[in-house]
Amino acid sequence: MKGQALRGYLFISPWLVGFALFVAVPFIASIYLSFTQYDIISPPVWVGAVNYKRLFSEDPLFWKSLAVTIKYALIAVPLGTVVGVVIALLLNLEIRGIRFYRTAFYLPSIVPTVATCAIFSWMLNPQIGLMNGLLRVAGIEGPAWLSREPWAFYSLILMSLWSVGGSMIIYLAGLKNIPISLYEAAIVDGANAWHRTVHITLPMLTPVIFFNLVMGTINAFQYFAQAYIMTQGGPEDSTTFYALYLFQRAWRYLDMGYASAMAWILFLIIMFITMLLFKTHKKWVHYDS
Amino acid sequence: MKNRAPLSLNRWQKTATHLVLIFLCIPFLLPLFWMVSTSLKSSEEIFPKADKASVTLSLSTALPEKPQWGNYRDALNTGPFVLYLRNTLLLCTLNVIGTVFSSALVAYGFARMKFPGKEFLFILLISTMALPRQVTMIPVFMIFKMLGLYGTLFPLIIPSFFGNPFFIFLLRQFFQTIPQNLSEAGTIDGAGEFRIFSQIMLPLAKPALVTCALFQFLATWNDFFGPLLYITDPEHFTVAYGLQQFMGSHSSEWTQLMAASTLFTLPIVILFFRAQKVFIRGIATTGATG
Repeated sequence: MKGQALRGYLFISPWLVGFALFVAVPFIASIYLSFTQYDIISPPVWVGAVNYKRLFSEDPLFWKSLAVTIKYALIAVPLGTVVGVVIALLLNLEIRGIRFYRTAFYLPSIVPTVATCAIFSWMLNPQIGLMNGLLRVAGIEGPAWLSREPWAFYSLILMSLWSVGGSMIIYLAGLKNIPISLYEAAIVDGANAWHRTVHITLPMLTPVIFFNLVMGTINAFQYFAQAYIMTQGGPEDSTTFYALYLFQRAWRYLDMGYASAMAWILFLIIMFITMLLFKTHKKWVHYDS
Repeated sequence: MKNRAPLSLNRWQKTATHLVLIFLCIPFLLPLFWMVSTSLKSSEEIFPKADKASVTLSLSTALPEKPQWGNYRDALNTGPFVLYLRNTLLLCTLNVIGTVFSSALVAYGFARMKFPGKEFLFILLISTMALPRQVTMIPVFMIFKMLGLYGTLFPLIIPSFFGNPFFIFLLRQFFQTIPQNLSEAGTIDGAGEFRIFSQIMLPLAKPALVTCALFQFLATWNDFFGPLLYITDPEHFTVAYGLQQFMGSHSSEWTQLMAASTLFTLPIVILFFRAQKVFIRGIATTGATG
């Protein structure tokens, strides 16, 4: 028995070592760092709660970046859910060529982020981009998408919708798992297509929707690469997302203590929101008995 | 039984569904079409004529007048794309090997072995998935800097050899479905646990391992954040990072940028068409969204 325990630990040892080295120690170290002033070059100096004080009372950009991020999460996550579910519902219908459609919706989500940013920077170019070109055909002079408020922010939302295919596939898999017998019973009872969607399909899909909502929210709070590549936070900080501001604090101003404090606040916010989502869980997520 | 669609449609409804789907497809496919089309245009084609401030679109401007394959040659040379590709493929190979092997090992331990604290450790493992990267980013950076590895490719390789929680979770479920008597047969033969793992279990788990390998490949291929933190020398740039740098420094060379983007995206698209089932199955079971 003892031998087996030892072998067990041996098998999981890669993760145990990695966890200690890359998660546990850094996790604790970052609490310490958040109470210091640290610029990577000279050793950290203990300053108490100064970083937190500065964040809460002297840094309007901290609040702005938090607001931008919350706004993004509140718009992009529900919008992505609705679009993903609607497309998945359509793709679950019995018609020809469904594989073609499925591929068409899914493909954009596997395009690497940097390439997606390049494509959208090009399409949203105000003078020679496709977007304003199409609008011009309709007689509309489009905005300078990526350098005007509020368009830069909405351009990023648009881009996130373009990559909705990944979660769409999860919804589709969820739809395929709904037992056909439920529908047969409903048809016998005289329920029409709309009723079946509202009373069977959507409730049965809620566990998957919940999963995507949680993951989507966690990811939204860490939204970084697209803003870093496309807007660098501009115009007028309207796309300075929390993780982007944190990154700038850390690597542009080498204000590592300050950035660590921001990271901890982010961690607590994510924990809080995840808990909140789980609190609502029982109210609307349906599980089979 | 369960794969049948819940609604059967009449002919009129089918036509309507097709129309809706085609209409919805356009915004998803148009950017990809535009990327490839632009990558084959000449610079004169995409910029407005001297007397105009902007470009007026027409159907004839949708396709390049004459495909400019030279854009691809230029994109390959300015990068130097080939060097970036070599770095990326090196990282992909090492990360795939490292992460698949270590994750399988750990997953097997969690699925098949008994040891004190197993439940707790597994919950710990799962909860690390929700830990934002920002929390550990700075101390991990300090560790690699102390080890003298800042500016090398090692910080992008080493972490993958310690297992990935997502993959461990997926593989553990897979190992749990393999009947116990298969490994018991091994024990009677006197094979050690590691031999049972490597010679009986790993071959059986091949489909799940392939899924993990594919998703790790995609993650490394796409990774922009890692190189941004650790890479300083253009000799070590990956394609993702090089492309971002190119965007910054050649902001008006759209045809070349689109050629480079096409080259960067194409392998992933080819991979998708060759391994569609693995993609779909992987996403549906892990919830990874690529």
